[in-house]
Amino acid sequence: MSGIQDPIVRVENLTAGYGEALIIDNISFEVNRGEIFVILGGSGSGKSTILKQMIGLYKPVSGKILIDGQDIVSAEAQARLQILSEIGVMYQRGALFGSMTLLENARLPLEEFTDLPLSAMDLIAMMKLALVGLHGFEGQMPSQLSGGMQKRAAIARAMALDPQILFLDEPSSGLDPITSAEVDQLVLNLARNLGITFVIVSHDLASTYSIADRVVILDTTTKGIAATGRPNELRDQSKNPWVRQFLNRKVASDMPE
Amino acid sequence: MDDTSLHRQGKSPAASIRADASGPGGLSLTIEGRLDSATTAKVWREATGAIEKTSPSRVVVDASKIHYCDVSGIGLLVEILRRQASKGGKTEIRGLQTRFQRLLDQFDPADFTDEKTEKGKSTNLPEEVGQAVCRIWQDAFALVVFVGELFVSLIYALRNPRRVRWKDAFLVAETTGVNALPIIALVSFLVGLIMGFQAVIPMRQFGAEIFVADLVGLAVLRELGPLMTAIVLTGRSGSAFAAELGTMKVNEEIDALNTMGLDPVRFLVVSRVVAALAMTPLLTVFADLIGVIGGSLVLRSLGYPFVTYFNQVLSAVSYTDFLSGLVKSLVFGIMIAGIGCLRGLQTKIGATAVGESATRAVVSGIILIVIIDGIFSVVYYYLGI
Repeated sequence: MSGIQDPIVRVENLTAGYGEALIIDNISFEVNRGEIFVILGGSGSGKSTILKQMIGLYKPVSGKILIDGQDIVSAEAQARLQILSEIGVMYQRGALFGSMTLLENARLPLEEFTDLPLSAMDLIAMMKLALVGLHGFEGQMPSQLSGGMQKRAAIARAMALDPQILFLDEPSSGLDPITSAEVDQLVLNLARNLGITFVIVSHDLASTYSIADRVVILDTTTKGIAATGRPNELRDQSKNPWVRQFLNRKVASDMPE
Repeated sequence: MDDTSLHRQGKSPAASIRADASGPGGLSLTIEGRLDSATTAKVWREATGAIEKTSPSRVVVDASKIHYCDVSGIGLLVEILRRQASKGGKTEIRGLQTRFQRLLDQFDPADFTDEKTEKGKSTNLPEEVGQAVCRIWQDAFALVVFVGELFVSLIYALRNPRRVRWKDAFLVAETTGVNALPIIALVSFLVGLIMGFQAVIPMRQFGAEIFVADLVGLAVLRELGPLMTAIVLTGRSGSAFAAELGTMKVNEEIDALNTMGLDPVRFLVVSRVVAALAMTPLLTVFADLIGVIGGSLVLRSLGYPFVTYFNQVLSAVSYTDFLSGLVKSLVFGIMIAGIGCLRGLQTKIGATAVGESATRAVVSGIILIVIIDGIFSVVYYYLGI
């Protein structure tokens, strides 16, 4: 998969910030189709900001974000909806709808955007929940579950329409090592078997090494990109000592937000 | 169908299915094309329809022409497998690409039975009545406990005035007091005006228009001023307190206070109760004044000069009337702030919980206002006030 130059997401000269404060200054990178792409960086380096720009939640100060060739920044309502139907997002704390059961959460996009019979929607939603290891919890409310389970249910909901690209914000934070490894397996499985592209914001280096095809490392001081490439190669061969330090877990900035 | 699903279907090349029940090997289903969440719907209906119609002992699915298949498509295969399994029939899936086969292997059709996963709660009337009584009892108990805690905390605040969070109290006083002036002015002005207007029509028949001033003065000072202020404050500030403390509860801020050894009642509730205690009587005085002014317009429109009206009001009402209203408003003030904070602290988990607490604060606030007002009427009657 990796090595094939077929960008599905292109970030071009993106500059973004909140109000006066600039967080990202003129960065560009590409994510190839079917690739597991991880965005790394210290706290406050703008990882989550980039993600929110890429899924069209916030408008950047300048720059373009092309999802499968279409610019999500300038897209009008209809085109935007079309782009959104090709992506799925898992938010950091799950963002499940508290008034619905897990099954209803995972079924909601199917109800709204397909004509499948109800029993089919139920089955597909149950299968998605089973994929993330939540079989048997379909009737539970999100508030009855632990944070990690909510997060996995959120992945199931993000996959409801089998999008081409899944954006995951901190998938392993708050999960125990075994569950976290299971989520990694899930990501690999979906990427390799279904060709889903993953864009993952993460702090978890262990998980990054085991799943990432390529990473981009953001630099808090320059507000730009410190390095892009394969994680193992960057760790051993990067010319930037800070990048080597970062990937060898030698710096203290790698703390959860 | 909405535009979005059209879009999705427009983009994906359609999937198709051919069902053939004539062969000796049972029902044969040939599925072609791309199976994703948009294209599977049509194929799904046809496939399940064919199986339903023929009830075959054996289904052979030719999947060799499926060139893309996501979890929705796999869902269709699982559906066929589980339908057959439930009827004791056999299923064979041929030619599915390895990568999709690997995905299919992750699901055991036996796991996905048709039984509803949500267990229906069976309740009957006695059980529900019992639960309701229990809830009311627990709620009353919680209220008593809270009143006790609040009382202890207020005594503590009186003895250690420097430990009260005055900055918070002033901020709350501003939002509950000063910022509530316009709405309270509007409500009491209209109440005075409307009451005067409704009263003057029948009283005119007896030439007793001037006594509208007595009526408005007494009613506003003794009852309506405090009552209207209290109701507006419940809706405006009681709910705000509940939402504020409820959000803190949801965000574990209340837990943080507890583990720091800070009593939430002393830390959060006292400042709010003190602020409400100071502001409610002031707002009530204001409401009294505006209400009486509202009534004056009615007589003015009938040609009576303002001075006549106000003299009449002054002769009708006494300081006792005025003070009895103020005493009542003090109690209302404590009660509104207290119940708002209590409902906030009782907030459960989840996004809907905060809204629920705010609603509960307003509902219990208004109920308690009515009850307290009734008690005051009885007490005042026996005291001859």
